[in-house]
Amino acid sequence: MGRITLDKVVKRFGDVEVIPPLDLTIEDGEFTVFVGPSGCGKSTLLRLIAGLEDVTDGQIRIDGNDATDIPPAKRGLAMVFQSYALYPHMSVRKNIAFPMRMAGIPEDEQKRRIDAAAKALNLTDYLERRPGQLSGGQRQRVAIGRAIVREPAAFLFDEPLSNLDAALRVGMRMEISELHAKLKTTMIYVTHDQVEAMTMADKIVVLRAGYVEQVGSPLELYRAPRNVFVAGFIGSPKMNLIDGAEAAKHDCKTIGVRPEHIAISDSDGQWTGRVGVSEHLGSDTFFHIHDTGLAETITVRADGEVGFRHGDTVYLTPREDSIHRFDEQGLRIA
Amino acid sequence: MATQHSRSAARIMMAPAVILLLGWMLVPLAMTLLFSFKQYLPLRGGDLGWVGFENYVRFVSSSAFWPSVQATLVIVGGVLAITICFGVLLAMLLDQPFWGQGIVRILVIAPFFVMPTVSALVWKNMFMDPVNGLFAHLWKFFGADPVVWLSEAPLFSIVLIVSWQWLPFATLILLTAIQSLDSEQLEASEMDGAPPLKRFWFIILPHLSRAITVVLLIQTIFLLSIFAEIFVTTQGSFGTRTLTYLIFQRVLESQNVGLGSAGGVYAIILANIVAIFLMRIVGKNLDA
Repeated sequence: MGRITLDKVVKRFGDVEVIPPLDLTIEDGEFTVFVGPSGCGKSTLLRLIAGLEDVTDGQIRIDGNDATDIPPAKRGLAMVFQSYALYPHMSVRKNIAFPMRMAGIPEDEQKRRIDAAAKALNLTDYLERRPGQLSGGQRQRVAIGRAIVREPAAFLFDEPLSNLDAALRVGMRMEISELHAKLKTTMIYVTHDQVEAMTMADKIVVLRAGYVEQVGSPLELYRAPRNVFVAGFIGSPKMNLIDGAEAAKHDCKTIGVRPEHIAISDSDGQWTGRVGVSEHLGSDTFFHIHDTGLAETITVRADGEVGFRHGDTVYLTPREDSIHRFDEQGLRIA
Repeated sequence: MATQHSRSAARIMMAPAVILLLGWMLVPLAMTLLFSFKQYLPLRGGDLGWVGFENYVRFVSSSAFWPSVQATLVIVGGVLAITICFGVLLAMLLDQPFWGQGIVRILVIAPFFVMPTVSALVWKNMFMDPVNGLFAHLWKFFGADPVVWLSEAPLFSIVLIVSWQWLPFATLILLTAIQSLDSEQLEASEMDGAPPLKRFWFIILPHLSRAITVVLLIQTIFLLSIFAEIFVTTQGSFGTRTLTYLIFQRVLESQNVGLGSAGGVYAIILANIVAIFLMRIVGKNLDA
């Protein structure tokens, strides 16, 4: 079981309010991702849940029990740190055994759990090595192994992939998702990378300056961002946000169109512009279009085979049913 | 140092320093070796010719030799134990954030800047003096008889003085080591259920092991040659005659340069054994 409820949780460092009163419920077995730009309070929030920071006000409940003043070790949560925080002087086996040793679990039970974790994480051959002799991905797996053997109510991940290279990150992303599917334990995952959030989460919590901007499944956030911030943050490349006359035509302050919802043509369309930089990814091509009179640049996704050159004049047509409309406060108009 | 040219330029520029250092070291070493094979009594006939290994045999077979080795070991061991134990504790204390941290750190380091002779005199006259010393007053305040430190507990007194001098050094090195400990490791162990004492034992102490070895190595080499503290306090009496002090007495008090030089060669060998031994430990630590 691992249902975590935050009830009007507040965190202040001196006079600075990092987390204003915040309510949030994380259901048992859910993979929840906290995402937001750096400094939005997502790591602080995770550390509050872990118990590494004291809550200034409010209550944290784990499975209905008040955990606000319970020390971290007693909360039944396991955490994977950004730097992995492996103990460098201990072998992989001892690293994984450490939490069980502290909990006084019998030797043979320890061994059984270590072997199970090592098998699940492909670490069997490395058990006698020191962390310093492992690659980044392997260290990451040891850190996860150390968390698994505690059989926690929930896993907490603090930007665990940000120290890995791009290829490894994709691999580890899959492994963690796979692990979640297998263990069905609650996981809370902090990242600033919206791609990680979109690909892994059951539920995404978008944070900005400590405020929850929106909570929902990845597709909910993609399809119906609650405000301009979420609209700009979720989706890659970013949504085009257009103010002014064009928005007024739709009776709103700002309209947003995702790059994938704009058609590009060399003969006719609603908007005209000049091609700037184009990014060829093979499968797709992203064009940055200038001089449209709408916004500084409009990003458009096209098929990989479409080949406009720098400086070409092109015509753009947004898909009418995919235009997001936002009012003066930046909130979505349904 | 990429090109042939810059490499030879570097050599030429380093040469004066290297030659100076070599001369500074090699000349006394060669002279010590030379005298150690001679009967050389400056006030009683001067150079009396070669005697082979006689000085070496006499130095070791003298009744003062083994007690001096013992005194040396007790002082070195005692100082090491005190400075490392308290150094670790002080380093952890100074690592905590508190008001006036900068000034306190400078104050803690201060004893290291006091010359050994001065600090020994200060301890002898201001703390350990049985009549006017601070300890004597303290003892009297509690109604006890003042301790005559330097004759009743001479070795302990010297260990205390030398520890006071070397504690800042140990603290400083251990403090920098403790500051390099990744705070996430401590947090991870906290989440793993390790209470503070176990965090110290399983995380902090292993992290410090390398720094502790370095302190051990450097201090041992310097402590083997402490002299001033003994010279101004007990003058080698009451069992405080270390190997270094014995050599001094042989050369200057007995005016037997040959015998003293033989002792000096023993001291060189001893110091090198310790150095090689400790270098290996450090080397092993650095590999891991």
